[in-house]
Amino acid sequence: MGLDFTIIPKYLDIILLGCAWTIGITIAAAILSFFGGILFAVIALYAPWIIRQPFRLIEWMFMGTPLLLQLFLIYFGLVQIGIDLPAFVAGVIGLGLHFAVYNSELIQTAILSVDKGQMEAARTVGLSRSQALRKVVIPQAVRAVIPPIGNNMIALLKDSALVSVIGVSELTLSAQRVIGKTYRPFEFYILAAAFYYVINLCMEWVQRKIERRISISR
Amino acid sequence: MDIDLMLKVYPFFLEAAWVTIQLSVLTAILGLICGTAGAAARLSRFALVRFIGAAYVSVFRGTPALIQLFILYFGGPQIGIQLDAFEAGVIGLGINAGAYMTETIRGAIISIDNGQREAARTLGLSQWQAVYRIILPQAARLMVRPLGVNLNMLIKATALVAAISVIELTYTAQRYIGSTYKPFEMFLLAGVLYMVIIYVVGRGVAWLDRKVQIN
Amino acid sequence: MTDNPEFVQIRHAQKSFGKLEVLKDISLNVARGQIVAIIGPSGSGKSTLLRAINDLDPLTGGEVWLDGVQVNKTLPHRQYEAHINAMRQQVGMVFQHFNLFPHMTARENVTMAPKMLKGLSNDEADKLAEEQLEKVGMLDRMEYYPSRLSGGQKQRVAIARALAMKPKLMLFDEATSALDPELVDEVNQVMKKLAEEHMTMIIVTHEMDFAASVCDRVLFMDQGVVVEEGPPDVVFRNPSKDRTREFLRKHLAGAK
Repeated sequence: MGLDFTIIPKYLDIILLGCAWTIGITIAAAILSFFGGILFAVIALYAPWIIRQPFRLIEWMFMGTPLLLQLFLIYFGLVQIGIDLPAFVAGVIGLGLHFAVYNSELIQTAILSVDKGQMEAARTVGLSRSQALRKVVIPQAVRAVIPPIGNNMIALLKDSALVSVIGVSELTLSAQRVIGKTYRPFEFYILAAAFYYVINLCMEWVQRKIERRISISR
Repeated sequence: MDIDLMLKVYPFFLEAAWVTIQLSVLTAILGLICGTAGAAARLSRFALVRFIGAAYVSVFRGTPALIQLFILYFGGPQIGIQLDAFEAGVIGLGINAGAYMTETIRGAIISIDNGQREAARTLGLSQWQAVYRIILPQAARLMVRPLGVNLNMLIKATALVAAISVIELTYTAQRYIGSTYKPFEMFLLAGVLYMVIIYVVGRGVAWLDRKVQIN
Repeated sequence: MTDNPEFVQIRHAQKSFGKLEVLKDISLNVARGQIVAIIGPSGSGKSTLLRAINDLDPLTGGEVWLDGVQVNKTLPHRQYEAHINAMRQQVGMVFQHFNLFPHMTARENVTMAPKMLKGLSNDEADKLAEEQLEKVGMLDRMEYYPSRLSGGQKQRVAIARALAMKPKLMLFDEATSALDPELVDEVNQVMKKLAEEHMTMIIVTHEMDFAASVCDRVLFMDQGVVVEEGPPDVVFRNPSKDRTREFLRKHLAGAK
């Protein structure tokens, strides 16, 4: 069976819809992973020992196991405890939590590197510890980690392909569905790859813009 | 937690872990070969070769490894490439890992001070002699740690071959989740094995890193 | 010893980076056994000229000849590589930042090139290393890695490394500029010793006293041209050009 790319236009609408879902899931999971990352970082650094230590163990497990395995756990695990989430939501939670852990690592390092004097200065003007964290330390730390978090978000886009395995109709699964009808895996997977590549390039472009802006505002 | 069930199925997980180790080793070897070739291409004095190297890195890092795997395994037969799932897994993941390793290796090489190359060339060493006698021995020491990070990512990426039905750890976990409805137990079994593999490899990398440092 | 007055010959050397001209038509002859110092403000092109002699910074115009052979010949890439490697084996170079190989001991730094390029056996190479390291007073540090040597010691090993190739000509590119003041002398002593052995040397330096005491000839360069040249007592004591006087006045004042 040779290659025949002329078949593509007929199914382009399905692929484009999948593309939209991929962008949607990436954005939703990115937002979750960003705020989740900040929350996780604060817990890992400042929560009482009894919470902090088990939490770190869980973080460590998330970093030491494959995302695909974690997606299976979340998707089937939630069903088992009686929560039947739509695949899309399970996918966003799985991706979002996975990358929240990676973001948390970055943010923890950044918080620790924010000058100690900043916290002290905030306390001397009368802010409480949590106010000082919220208003002074975390904003500085987050600004410092935006470029590496950008790298994580680009990785998230590519890993979003994995949620096809738990039945989210994003780009990869849409390509699979079309292939099921046409038996043309090469053409449609290449097409899907091309779409991923274009979205990836766009994200890299945005990342460079943001990095430039940050480096100017400093 | 269903300990009895875990005790009953763990031998299958051990067997699957062995497949994951084989996949990781073969993928790492292929990745290193591709990464070395990629770095050489990116540092070539011919613009066309440099472009090919840059395109390899950009395309393989810019698209999902899962899709690359599907193109090779499902699309391959259309262009005359017939591979079984394990072979496709190793080749697909190896080429993908090679793109990341290209940047690691290249980064280490270009971080060696240009004075080293100049000193070697003024003694009369050829370009190639300067590279393999002076630049590479120094760059190799800088590569160990970042290549360790690549290796860590690569081990976790071997889970993707579950999607083309290679019976490794993640596939095994998925199958037993489906048949036992005990996702937490199965996750724990597979997760612990992954972490053991990653821990051992991490210690190995740290040991190597200490060993190669000058003095 | 000046049997060959055109041992090193630079003819109409010209070099530009885009629009910026760093060497403007410089010609220079150095006789065998002669020692020439090149002085001048930074950015005057003196290092660029030195590095053009072994084609580390290729000229954009003009020729460099060594002992009757043109160094910067136009040849197809492969032939040029073979040619320039052979030429460079005859020209030792010492850098401001030493550029010792950090993954090799002092001995290995010295023996690497002779073993690789001249096919010396291990025994021959070790004997050579002893000889050269002895000459620079570093015999007792033979098995040290560069990270455990002081700047002055590093530079002495670097000189031994260059000498081990038995060069016809030695180039020194601000060999003492990166050293702490108290370490400068040990390197100068080694260079003086080479001068007594009538090694042909071209030295880019900021050390006016040193230049005056060992050199046969001094070149003052500024903005890509040779402003003045002559014997050290003339150039240093009685310069004819305003620019030279200006430079020496500033420089000597700054040094004290």
